[in-house]
Amino acid sequence: MIRVLLSLLRRDLGLLLAGGRRGGALLPVLFFLSVAMLFPFAVGPDAPVLARTGGGVIWVAALLAAILPLDRLVEPDLELGLFDQWALRGISEEWIMAVRIIAHWLSFGPPLMLAALPAAALVGIDGDKLRIVELGMLAGTPGLAALGVMVAAITAGLRGGAALGGLLVIPLAIPLLVFGAGSLATGGETGLALTAAASLVLLAMAPFAAGAAIRAGRG
Amino acid sequence: MQACRLSVQDLACRRGDRLLFARLSFALAPGEALQLAGANGIGKSSLIRIIAGLLPAYAGTVSSEGAMGLVDERPALDPHQPLGKALALWQQIDGPADNLAARLGLAELMDVPVRYLSTGQKKRAALARLIGQSAPIWLLDEPLNGLDVKGVALVESLAADHCRAGGICVIASHQPMALPALRQVAMQDYLA
Repeated sequence: MIRVLLSLLRRDLGLLLAGGRRGGALLPVLFFLSVAMLFPFAVGPDAPVLARTGGGVIWVAALLAAILPLDRLVEPDLELGLFDQWALRGISEEWIMAVRIIAHWLSFGPPLMLAALPAAALVGIDGDKLRIVELGMLAGTPGLAALGVMVAAITAGLRGGAALGGLLVIPLAIPLLVFGAGSLATGGETGLALTAAASLVLLAMAPFAAGAAIRAGRG
Repeated sequence: MQACRLSVQDLACRRGDRLLFARLSFALAPGEALQLAGANGIGKSSLIRIIAGLLPAYAGTVSSEGAMGLVDERPALDPHQPLGKALALWQQIDGPADNLAARLGLAELMDVPVRYLSTGQKKRAALARLIGQSAPIWLLDEPLNGLDVKGVALVESLAADHCRAGGICVIASHQPMALPALRQVAMQDYLA
């Protein structure tokens, strides 16, 4: 079983990481950086204002970047008949979804955390605040990945699923966003802990919800 | 080949608000092959999917022993990967059994991305995936679609070999197939 899951993870990573056929990690990162770059133009060069609001913008940009690959997370495999073949081999949808959450997170979480460094410099965040932004993203992005895969599985096969997916993720991501960005205002630990808690709940739930959605879509 | 057995009892299938077929029963022992025959839309593919456990039956039961392999209109191979790599994913999952790629005429195509393959070549690739799975029960949904004359003969000989080795074949096809001891279920006898 472990061997099978590892080969599935390798395949998912090959498709989702840089140069992969499902968009790659580069596009969300570039999108994230360009949002961070536009923000000072829109708000103006007032350094204190930028530094105060910049952390929140980084979080919103991360959320939007996580939504970008949604329509390619589950739907293509469903159309290819891969899920049916896995089901015949007794590989449960839950395992496949858990593997996909890991692959999805690896394809956007760490790259976004790296990209947050130049983005933070653009809005004038540094030192302790930057540390909280990075820790917050470490705690929050796995939850975003779980949420993304769950919503992608629910909307796979629906007409207009891509737009609907984005629309569904945003309200469900509110806890992550409130605590993650909120940890910047309160200066730390409670916010980070709550972000991580929200992430863990999503990680624990998402494979089951996503697996059930795939099965329900078969009928 | 591991032991296998397949029987369906009083099966009925409903799609939307239409009952496609009802009271369908048959039983297959090792080495037996069954062709589901009938016009388009009569429920052959639905029956295959119910047997595979991918679709709930409206009524009746399917009982089986032994793993099932399915070939339908979707090859389940990554379109952007070269054929060799796409098949390798399944070999990693199913184990290193020989998938008879050479006999299927795929040896030359291993470097070609799956999306460039023709319909018939994709069907051959799907058969390679099926053979590599070494499942005793084969469910073939329109296996002859897109195949040339040689390909049809190939599928017939592969299915015959599989049955001779003690496997079971269920074939949904509107084309006649030359298989020794092939039983037929005429789906129009079970219209609801």
